[in-house]
Amino acid sequence: MEKNQPFVEIRHARKCYGDLEVLKDISLTVDRGEIVAIIGPSGSGKSTLLRAINDLDPLTSGEVWLEGTLVNQVLTHHRYEKHINQVRQDIGMVFQHFNLFPHLTVRGNITLAPRMLKGLSSEEADQLAVDQLERVGLLDRIDFYPSRLSGGQKQRVAIARALAMKPKVMLFDEATSALDPELVEEVNLVMKRLAEEHMTMIIVTHEMAFAASVCDRVIFMDHGVAIESGPPDRIFQNPTEERTRAFLSRHLRNS
Amino acid sequence: MGLDFSVVPPYLDIILIGALWTVALTVGAGLLSFFGGIFFALIALYTPAILRLPFRAFEWLFMGTPLLLQLFLIYFGLVQMGVDLPAFVAGLIGLGLHFAVYNSEIIQASILAVDKGQMEAARTLGFSRAQALRKVVVPQAVREVVPPIGNNMIALLKDSALVSVIGVGELTLSAQLAIGRTYRPFEFYLVAAILYYIVNLGMEAVLRRLERRIRLAR
Repeated sequence: MEKNQPFVEIRHARKCYGDLEVLKDISLTVDRGEIVAIIGPSGSGKSTLLRAINDLDPLTSGEVWLEGTLVNQVLTHHRYEKHINQVRQDIGMVFQHFNLFPHLTVRGNITLAPRMLKGLSSEEADQLAVDQLERVGLLDRIDFYPSRLSGGQKQRVAIARALAMKPKVMLFDEATSALDPELVEEVNLVMKRLAEEHMTMIIVTHEMAFAASVCDRVIFMDHGVAIESGPPDRIFQNPTEERTRAFLSRHLRNS
Repeated sequence: MGLDFSVVPPYLDIILIGALWTVALTVGAGLLSFFGGIFFALIALYTPAILRLPFRAFEWLFMGTPLLLQLFLIYFGLVQMGVDLPAFVAGLIGLGLHFAVYNSEIIQASILAVDKGQMEAARTLGFSRAQALRKVVVPQAVREVVPPIGNNMIALLKDSALVSVIGVGELTLSAQLAIGRTYRPFEFYLVAAILYYIVNLGMEAVLRRLERRIRLAR
């Protein structure tokens, strides 16, 4: 890999639903180990952008690159499936509503993909589950079904499940938005720890304080446009764009 | 002429063997209809029109015509095409396909009811759609279908009496055989009815345990 090649790169991303243009020519790069927050009002396209990175919501036009590989390649259906399933193993994703598999235990949730996709033996996969659960502090819940976990615990398991694939980058789609306020902190703590381990992370969030304390860079999006981008101090203390200022004052007043 | 059950014991072995055939038919056709139902549901939901539309036609055929006629078609009709199935196999296939089509409707609804996020989460981990269906979506859908499919299984047990007309020696036909020799229809049909009921109770007990196990596992 070239030294200055960006780790994740989005080039001229456009996304339309019929006449509605939800992403309007967005380009951004994320370096290895960088932690980027995407903020903005709901409907601004930030989740759509995040979901374009692993091609869950394919772009109308534009390119997504991960470590020199074009993610959204145009291929025949069969070859595309093979390609994307390989690429997605390198891109961990955490959802607002956790999306744990309710018919499997915590162990089953974490080991399913490593066993089936990476061919790990059940001992290896078990060890992996133990390691990842230690990382999120939930080893004692390994044999629980998701229905017996709190929201915060579910999200930590979802993070462990994503980490078990040893991804190169982690995407967080409003990971704490569905949680009761008192459960937010435990998830934030796990994400903070990942940040300290220099995991590359792209985080869509409504939590300005968290973005400010953890992220290297904040991108403000509105109406499908990346309005401004910079270190959290500058964006939060001294935004240059009027729309950023308006959003922040509205948001900080409400919270 | 009153009831006289002393005519029954000499024929009890025939009747009980008939009951065993009924159980075998129900279990065999039941399994066929369950797995066939999953298979049909996947065809209906996830295949292109070229597969899906012929399947629709097949489904209408099985839902819109009498089971008895379907059994005649499979057993007598296919002979003409050079496919000479043993009566038991023809009965198994007829009952199995008939109920598979009904089960498919239930399973389709249940698959569609599984949260979209489940498929998304699986795809995000790198699973293909087929793998995600097999390991994540279908297992969840199947859990929800135990009660309604259980009802279909009970209907299947009762409708299995129809295969007596193509000569499968199940419970109803065995009773008829005994009646043919003794001219005591009331006693033997009553015995057969009681045996159907007992098999039914057994099946309900199995279904209840299955439901409980599924409830415990979440």
